[in-house]
Amino acid sequence: MKKQCMVILVENNAGVLARVSSLFMQRGFNIDSLTVSSTENPKISRITIMATGDQKTFSQILKQTAKLVETKMIFSVEPSFGLIRELLLVKFNTEQADVTALKKTIDDFGAHVIDVTSGCLVAELSAASSLIDDFLDATKAFEKMEICRSGAIAMEQGRVVYDI
Amino acid sequence: MILNGSEILVNVLLEQGVDTVFGYPGGAVLNIYDALYKYSDRIRHIMTAHEQGAAHAADGYARSTGKTGVVIATSGPGATNLVTGIATAYMDSVPMVAITGNVSTPLIGCDSFQEVYIAGITMPITKHNFVVRKVEDLADTLRDAFRIAASGRPGPVLVDIPKDVTANQTTYIPASAPEPRILPQTVQGNVQEIADLINRSERPFVYFGGGVRLSGASEELRHLLLTADIPAAYTLMAAGALSYGEKHNLGLIGMHGCYSANCAANRADVMIAIGTRFSDRVALNTSKFGHNAKIVHIDIDSGEINKNIIADYSIVGDVKVVLNELMKFIKPADHSAWFTQIEGWKQDDYRPEDCETALKPHQVIGTACSAAGEDAIFVTDVGQHQMWAAQFLRHVKPNNFLTSGGLGTMGYGYGAAIGAKIANPDVPVVHFTSDGSLHMNMNELCTAVSYQVPVITVILNNAVLGMVRQWQGQFYGRRFASSEPERVTDYVKVAEAFGGTGYRCTTPAEFKEAMKKAMKATGPVWIECVIDREEKVLPMIPSGGTVHDTVFN
Repeated sequence: MKKQCMVILVENNAGVLARVSSLFMQRGFNIDSLTVSSTENPKISRITIMATGDQKTFSQILKQTAKLVETKMIFSVEPSFGLIRELLLVKFNTEQADVTALKKTIDDFGAHVIDVTSGCLVAELSAASSLIDDFLDATKAFEKMEICRSGAIAMEQGRVVYDI
Repeated sequence: MILNGSEILVNVLLEQGVDTVFGYPGGAVLNIYDALYKYSDRIRHIMTAHEQGAAHAADGYARSTGKTGVVIATSGPGATNLVTGIATAYMDSVPMVAITGNVSTPLIGCDSFQEVYIAGITMPITKHNFVVRKVEDLADTLRDAFRIAASGRPGPVLVDIPKDVTANQTTYIPASAPEPRILPQTVQGNVQEIADLINRSERPFVYFGGGVRLSGASEELRHLLLTADIPAAYTLMAAGALSYGEKHNLGLIGMHGCYSANCAANRADVMIAIGTRFSDRVALNTSKFGHNAKIVHIDIDSGEINKNIIADYSIVGDVKVVLNELMKFIKPADHSAWFTQIEGWKQDDYRPEDCETALKPHQVIGTACSAAGEDAIFVTDVGQHQMWAAQFLRHVKPNNFLTSGGLGTMGYGYGAAIGAKIANPDVPVVHFTSDGSLHMNMNELCTAVSYQVPVITVILNNAVLGMVRQWQGQFYGRRFASSEPERVTDYVKVAEAFGGTGYRCTTPAEFKEAMKKAMKATGPVWIECVIDREEKVLPMIPSGGTVHDTVFN
């Protein structure tokens, strides 16, 4: 079982995200995360999917998604050749907590404190998913009131020509 | 010219070469029906008893002609009644455009009267679907819908049109008639390598499906089989693509296919799968199917390659184009030894016994086949009778066996037969059904009567749900749960009550006589044939099994 990152460039139509999700449910593809956003081209949206499976599954995901009328392009991004990032917001309970130690760990990981309000502290970290996992592990001594992850977005390195 | 959405819709249909649509009116489509009324001299609308019947009729129309079928339904329950018909078309790659009305745009999403999010509901069972929110987009959206439905691997497309869009006006710019089918003219794959493999093979075998029929590639397939001397077996979806009796035609493959065909598939050293998808009714055990062979998979849909079975070689492309490419490198061959081996297996093929006094399924099918003639179109519902029809009809034409293979929809047959007959008024249409399936959509008899559509419905009545009962007999210790309804429906009286004609037969002689009369009828006919409930569909390979697990009794 591997984790694979796929980027799908789709027509920016109402319901296209529902259609991609519906396809994945229909085919039984196991999605870990899915994000969608606008791009440099107002007619195109960019969907990034992290999925778990084997090579046969990934091959089917790529082929079945490519068949959708609204799919302009689909490709996988290898972690070694691409940039895959995720955003984390985590709210710590600072009452009776060693806030100094917490702030040091936050600092060590390159995360940022973005809010301190009534006994809570919210840290933000933008990094590879594995680093986010490590950060959450490194702060396990501290009570986490809320965790929110954005799901991965990905980009290949260097100049890439997308033929759309 | 300035037209309203409904008039634009009808004009685009005419542009696309549509002369017949099936449907059922309702509130959300009143404007559309008003336009159909205005254009009724140029486009014919067939109103059915139920939207499901209309969808199946559009399907039968499409399968028997190759044209895209069109069905129109109103919003809410009208649209949801299309779902089974759309899913049936989706599973068998039938080109269809389903047009549904919806509530006006300001009412969308407010749980309005007869509102349903049909685009969401049909997402997994359509090639694509559209919701048209502005009348300016309507014409091009419809054109896109037709293009998508008929291009590449065909399938159903739904276009949902809110009522206000059907009333709003805009400038209509006509477009010229499109190409009937858009097919890729290039192929992806190493054709020469595959030809070399075939040329070197000792026991080559072709397993082909609906893709050969959809591509119109019977001649190209025949050319390959004759040149390279390769035996071939077909799926339900390709019955008739090769003619009954051709030397290289081994018959039906799969769960209820010929034992000898399944043996050949099992022993082959090269299996060439053409226009088919290794469905679980054929490749019952995906790790053992064709396990002695190098597998070559030829299909227009890249998503099918390596989906169910890992292929050693593959070519993605239109079957006709691929076969023409392949033939450039195929050398003439002689596989007499292989054919002799296959003849040996044919000695063990299942042959049911005839009977003079009672009706046996294979004889009913055979008699109907003879009476209807070689040009006839045969339509089935689902169950034992469907398998008997597939096995015992002498299929000779590619688009003349209409059956719900992928979805297995009971109730498909009557609507589909009506659609096929309306599309082919000069060709006999025989609809095989059973007491189970006919009770699902028998209401369409009123449609056949209203439009005087002389479909001959042959009802194989064993008073039980035959296929379910057969499995319960085989695998559930004869615990016949809800499979013996033993309905007392008097089919002759029902047929007459609707305005049709009915016959009841218990002997082969009676059935022959009834078929003779039915062939001359100008309206729909029902012929009830009383069959023994212990009749089984044989041979049978159970799910997960191989040819070695074949059951003969």
